[in-house]
Amino acid sequence: MKLLVCVSQTPDTTTKVKFSADNTAFDTNGVQYIMNPYDEWYALVRALELKEQLGGSVTLFHVGPKENETVIRKGLAIGADSAVRVDAVASSATFVAKQVAAYAKAENFDVVFMGKETIDYNGSEVPALTAELLDMPFISYANNLKMEGNSATLSREIEGGKETMEVDTPFVVSCAKDMAEQRIPNMRGIMMAKRKPINVIAAVAAEDLATIVRYDYPPEKTGVKLIDPENMDELVNLLHNEAKVI
Amino acid sequence: MAVLVYAESLTGSIKKSALEAVTYGKLAADALGTECIALTIGKADGAASLGQYGASKVYNVSTADNNFDSQVYAAVVADAAQKLGADTVVFSHSSTGKSLAGRVAIRLEAGLVTSVLTAPTNGFEVKKGVFSGKGFATYSISSANRVVTIAPNTFRPNASGSDATVETLDVAVPAGRVKVTGQATVDGVVPLPEAELVVSAGRGMKGPENWGMIEEMATILGATTACSRPVADIDWRPHHEHVGQTGVAIRPNLYIAVGISGAIQHLAGVNQSKVIVVINKDPEAPFFKAADYGVVGDLFDVVPRLNEALKKFKANN
Repeated sequence: MKLLVCVSQTPDTTTKVKFSADNTAFDTNGVQYIMNPYDEWYALVRALELKEQLGGSVTLFHVGPKENETVIRKGLAIGADSAVRVDAVASSATFVAKQVAAYAKAENFDVVFMGKETIDYNGSEVPALTAELLDMPFISYANNLKMEGNSATLSREIEGGKETMEVDTPFVVSCAKDMAEQRIPNMRGIMMAKRKPINVIAAVAAEDLATIVRYDYPPEKTGVKLIDPENMDELVNLLHNEAKVI
Repeated sequence: MAVLVYAESLTGSIKKSALEAVTYGKLAADALGTECIALTIGKADGAASLGQYGASKVYNVSTADNNFDSQVYAAVVADAAQKLGADTVVFSHSSTGKSLAGRVAIRLEAGLVTSVLTAPTNGFEVKKGVFSGKGFATYSISSANRVVTIAPNTFRPNASGSDATVETLDVAVPAGRVKVTGQATVDGVVPLPEAELVVSAGRGMKGPENWGMIEEMATILGATTACSRPVADIDWRPHHEHVGQTGVAIRPNLYIAVGISGAIQHLAGVNQSKVIVVINKDPEAPFFKAADYGVVGDLFDVVPRLNEALKKFKANN
């Protein structure tokens, strides 16, 4: 199995989000970056499990500048064999998808893995964009994937339940919780990662068709109104007459 | 150039999220000075009713089946958009819509924004939540064609006007490569991403045997039950109930959190709820900072009392 895992870098979950003074940019000062959890915990680990079971290779794919190689090294330490980094800023979902497709088209991967979304822009866009560019079937929000020969059996999250399906390789899959269990890199993996190759390639031209013009903060909560625990009629009254939600 | 809304009907009838999508489509069409038309694929009972929510016409591609394959459906939607002269395509931000929007955007060379919260203004600017609810971003789409998915529970459907006529649309349906082998959904319960009222509980419940009173509250309110991650991880509750960063992200009108401390990962999945009620015996629980109403007290006393109050309220209203 020749497997490609696309990983992105996102601010750590606990980051206090700030924007520039004119609200046109995300303020990266003091932000700690991590590998997007869905890419790391679910996409990468499931790909590694399949490689361990069936043989083959796992290649990481990342779009970002050189300083992002910390995240790539972590993926290599967890167990990926090699990595490709497109030396460019990931300026939009369309831009990233075009980079993945341009690289993957010539490489004949059996499965292209991604996380279900990134935890910064929560767009859930790159997987479907990439699948269309590659003219491949796409299974989104997969929480189970089994391979037999070139046939895959999957299940995915749908509203209020799950759906199961079968598809032959090649295909694109976006991964959700339950797909795999997080792996912590061990010392041997970290040492080996230092010697694994990161192939740096130039970006293909791609226009951003949707761009961010402004950021806003969510409205401040006005503060919690505490209700006497003995007086639940008061809470019901407030939910009905003040909040108007029941 | 019209606004085309793909109205989901994978189970054979029009879904509530499709009504919201058409409601948005009409708002967008008004903003852009054009008309809103709806597209259904396969069996779609209730399609004519989309007229009541703002669709001036409804088209159906009857030669496709209801087994979802994003490649097939994307080809159908994109061809329909071109045939019908639509430059804006609207999807629900659902497991189906999210799988299709990107594909259709590529086919139409369209700019894409997902989970939008506003109708377009100022050319085509739309707002969405980013950083798991910690901010909003306004996107501008510069391309001639646009594709958006709309956030659930944001555009409330209000029936007015009359049914639309449903016309069959002749679009080529390519052969699919994904074979759907089964679908299992919990019957009679509003799925979490679509729920307007959610009652959620966490480790403070002490054990799965105590969930009766949470289910009772949900029944009285007509709410959907949810839970925190630790509770799903130790199998007190089914995984599909887990809301938070790694589980389902929701934005109901009312979120009642019982015995949940409010870790940042949990808040990331629920902080876009319109009203949050927190019941916790620890006054220092971080969740109170994100709450609109709080009750500091032992949930085993408070919840039964609240259920009685809700019953009394429901009997009189």
